[in-house]
Amino acid sequence: MRNVDILIIGGGPAGLAAAVGAYEAGARDILILDREERLGGILKQCIHNGFGLHTFKEELTGPEYAERFIEKVLEYKIPYQCNSMVINVTADKVVTCVSKEFGLENIKANAVILCMGCRERPRGSLATPGERCTGIFTAGTAQKFTNLEGIMPGKEVVILGSGDIGLIMARRMTFLGAKVHACVELMPYSSGLKRNIVQCLDDYGIPLLLSHTVTDIHGKERLEGVTVAEVGPDLKPIEGTEKYFPCDTLLLSVGLIPENELSEMAGVKIAPTTSGAVVDEQLQTSVPGIFSAGNVLHVHDLVDFVSEEAIKAGANAWAYVQGKLPEPGRMVPVNMGFGVGGIVPQYVSDKAEGVINFMFRPRNVYRGARVIVEIDGNPVLNKKTLILAPGEMVNLDIPVEKLVGLDKAEAINVRIEVPEA
Amino acid sequence: MKYELTCINCPIGCRITADYDGNEVTNIEGYTCKRGLDYAKTEITDPTRMVTALVNVEGTHVPLSVKTRSAIRKPLVFDVLAKIRETKIVPPVRIGDVIIPDVCGSGVDVIATENVG
Amino acid sequence: MYDVIIIGGGVVGCAIARELTRYKGKILLLEKSNDICNGQSKANTAIIHGGYDCKPNTLKAKFNVLGNAMFDKIHEELDVPIQWNTSLVVSFSMDDHPALVKLLEQGKQNGCRGELRIIDEKELREREPNVGSTACEALLVGSGGIVCPYEMTTAFAENAAMNGAEFLRNAEVEKLVKLENGNWKVISTIGSFETRVVVNAAGIYSDVFNNMVSEHKVHIHARRGEYYILDKKYKDKFHAAMFQLPTKMGKGILVAPTVDGTVLVGPTAEDIDDKEDKRTTAFGLAKSLREATRTWENIPTRAFITTFSGLRATGDTGDFVLGEPDDAPGFFNCCAVESPGLTSSPAIADWMSKEIAAKLNLEKNPDFNPIRKAIPKFREMTEEEREAAIAENPDFARVVCRCETVTEAEIREAIRRPVGALDVDGIKRRTRAGMGRCQAGFCTPRTVEILAEELGISPLEVTKFGGNSKLLDSYLFEEGKDNA
Repeated sequence: MRNVDILIIGGGPAGLAAAVGAYEAGARDILILDREERLGGILKQCIHNGFGLHTFKEELTGPEYAERFIEKVLEYKIPYQCNSMVINVTADKVVTCVSKEFGLENIKANAVILCMGCRERPRGSLATPGERCTGIFTAGTAQKFTNLEGIMPGKEVVILGSGDIGLIMARRMTFLGAKVHACVELMPYSSGLKRNIVQCLDDYGIPLLLSHTVTDIHGKERLEGVTVAEVGPDLKPIEGTEKYFPCDTLLLSVGLIPENELSEMAGVKIAPTTSGAVVDEQLQTSVPGIFSAGNVLHVHDLVDFVSEEAIKAGANAWAYVQGKLPEPGRMVPVNMGFGVGGIVPQYVSDKAEGVINFMFRPRNVYRGARVIVEIDGNPVLNKKTLILAPGEMVNLDIPVEKLVGLDKAEAINVRIEVPEA
Repeated sequence: MKYELTCINCPIGCRITADYDGNEVTNIEGYTCKRGLDYAKTEITDPTRMVTALVNVEGTHVPLSVKTRSAIRKPLVFDVLAKIRETKIVPPVRIGDVIIPDVCGSGVDVIATENVG
Repeated sequence: MYDVIIIGGGVVGCAIARELTRYKGKILLLEKSNDICNGQSKANTAIIHGGYDCKPNTLKAKFNVLGNAMFDKIHEELDVPIQWNTSLVVSFSMDDHPALVKLLEQGKQNGCRGELRIIDEKELREREPNVGSTACEALLVGSGGIVCPYEMTTAFAENAAMNGAEFLRNAEVEKLVKLENGNWKVISTIGSFETRVVVNAAGIYSDVFNNMVSEHKVHIHARRGEYYILDKKYKDKFHAAMFQLPTKMGKGILVAPTVDGTVLVGPTAEDIDDKEDKRTTAFGLAKSLREATRTWENIPTRAFITTFSGLRATGDTGDFVLGEPDDAPGFFNCCAVESPGLTSSPAIADWMSKEIAAKLNLEKNPDFNPIRKAIPKFREMTEEEREAAIAENPDFARVVCRCETVTEAEIREAIRRPVGALDVDGIKRRTRAGMGRCQAGFCTPRTVEILAEELGISPLEVTKFGGNSKLLDSYLFEEGKDNA
């Protein structure tokens, strides 16, 4: 059986950065497996700009951002294998992969980094009533058709959900000559960036219908139109507010789900709050030697943070292979208090070293709120914020010396305190 | 003339109003921070946008992604898109190669954002 | 000139086509849509019914029980996945005890095979620990099972085609004319054909053809059922197909595992006027869910991967209408075949093919081969089998549908087989590509490419289910053409 020190599943932004991180930490025997023809993952199709401001201090497009990391992978001569689909991972880190070139291979790794990314929620999961016609795509599938294959899925468009991919596709379809009639959002706020709302919708006069949803889908063969209705505070459609929009295309941007089938095969414990692996501050999962980073761990807002996280996972995986990863010690759970959703990591070792990075998503829009971190009830961080919104992650770097009492702690609690009205 | 816009700098998305007579922006209201103030001034007097698009590649219908090297004046966006759409390139092309110099007299080049061939 | 023309490529039509190929004769099946298995046969509960709930002495009771006994052989010969996982008819109030006893007696009278008895709450909970808290007893139906209805229909069709039956799709029959020589002229949208016998297996439209040729009028209306499919994560929640006590409108809301490992919840039963109205509705879906919660409290709504609706061909007599009407010799009805139609189909086909063979004096076909192998499923192979499959055909190494682990080799074979897939839904039914939790988000672009390649058409011409159900609109840049 082939052996490698560090095997990385996925050659998207997380996988590339994990490889670079591992190499720069000293690892040499690395292998990236990717199921597509080219490295780069979803960035290949994200041809819009706005990537890398944080990391490179310039505004890159997705392919350009990916290329920065691909160049490093090539420069470091890190082996990678495209057109290779991993179909199984075991707890003792045997990875089964199939490719036309090498057939079925079992590869034994000393450490595995899970970088499989996420997928879009489909129509079926929404249980939207109506016909089962064509013309309904997830925004990402439509993006793949336009940007990678040069094919227009349709010309008269309605977008359900105002996630960033949906907003970006509103502008792309407009640029490509389609008419985008509306962007429909169930919640009273958009989960997309303000910049995208202004520059993808407002610039082209596309209405954003907040607190609305698609209640019916019409068209026996190809989509002919959708019924859109306002929803009440219970998110249920309000009778009498229905409006018909003729369209041949409905794009869905209604959420992303980390793709953890392989993680589960390996016995990695999954957190219901993130749908990603449960990890400690080293990004190590419940299975020793298996690490997780990027959107497979939790859905990020910015690719820059995916890269940062994955570089760390790469370095930690190399430390693990060398037996140099600090002892896991006693695991202190990180609890989510008011307003905090999907926190990562879920555990911090009582012997943690260096700077601990916490990331989470606010559950709602909060103005002038405080983010508070407590150890057994004692605040160790209390930070005032202007605004918190579900669309933007809260990213806290806390040096371990500030986590006073961690060595004896029972729990770390992260919560949001909203000023009294 | 009365202007109304949404600040894009953070999730607050301040609704900013202002007057502009073609010369000076006055009565700017609704912003929270200096970034909002600066944004409003620029967005009213000289709004600019990056344009990313797809260009025709000889011998295939798979397109190549391109962008304006820097932001162009907003009113030029659709002219630039039309120009890009009628351009056809012959591979090989590397990231950063100029596809259309000084597009539509904007002073900005359209460059490739991916490699082909 | 044909011996038999079958109208309709559902499970009944395809099963009859297959049974008829046991005889020497020229058989043609005409299907109006782009694929076989495109009506009731694709949207049902996928249950092999025990036959306890049919009214005694009806055709439904007779053929259900006969058909039930034929599934092991279908599995053996045609490689169709089945599981004898039993059915449980659960009651939620001891007041319903007499109704349950009546069901038991009815089952006995109908001659249901296997175990048939009422189990108490204790045994019920031992068997199904996740059943709702108000469940108090159940009828256990040992001969209840589950089957893949697409694979079953496809298998019948493929085996029929292997044995010489012809299949034409996009062939809608418009008119039947009785000729002077006693034969029939079948006029369809793709041409006219002469035949000695017509089989009417037109599902929800079977009344139309009966009423064209016979004075014994039949009326069929559409009874819509709405369903949910839940993620594989919940496959072990229930072992048996969990029925609730039947009502006048049907067998009630069911929670059942499928042979593919998902969980099916549904259907509602709503009589509608439009035979093409296959919408799901907010009302119907909510009703399905509400009633199912008696069986499965706290159904995880986040686990829905899709919803669908199916139309049952409900006749006005409440029973199947089968055989040759006395005023239309040479015309054989399979009319109003609704539930338990899937279970009954092999028995109906067996009986009807014999009737037709006798009428036409058809000789036995000595070359008839009853064996059909399923497309090899990569996801079900052992590692050694996978290695061997890839060595033989490298397309097995390219996984197209990641949720269901369906490879390019399987997709290509689904297109190349006799009566092969012509559209995306056809691929889905034959391979499960696109049926998993991402619902084809990932595999659609590649599936479209493969279909275009295999069928020799442009990707823009590829449809989801024929007609105008195209997936894509246009190229941004036509190859070799300038946009200037």
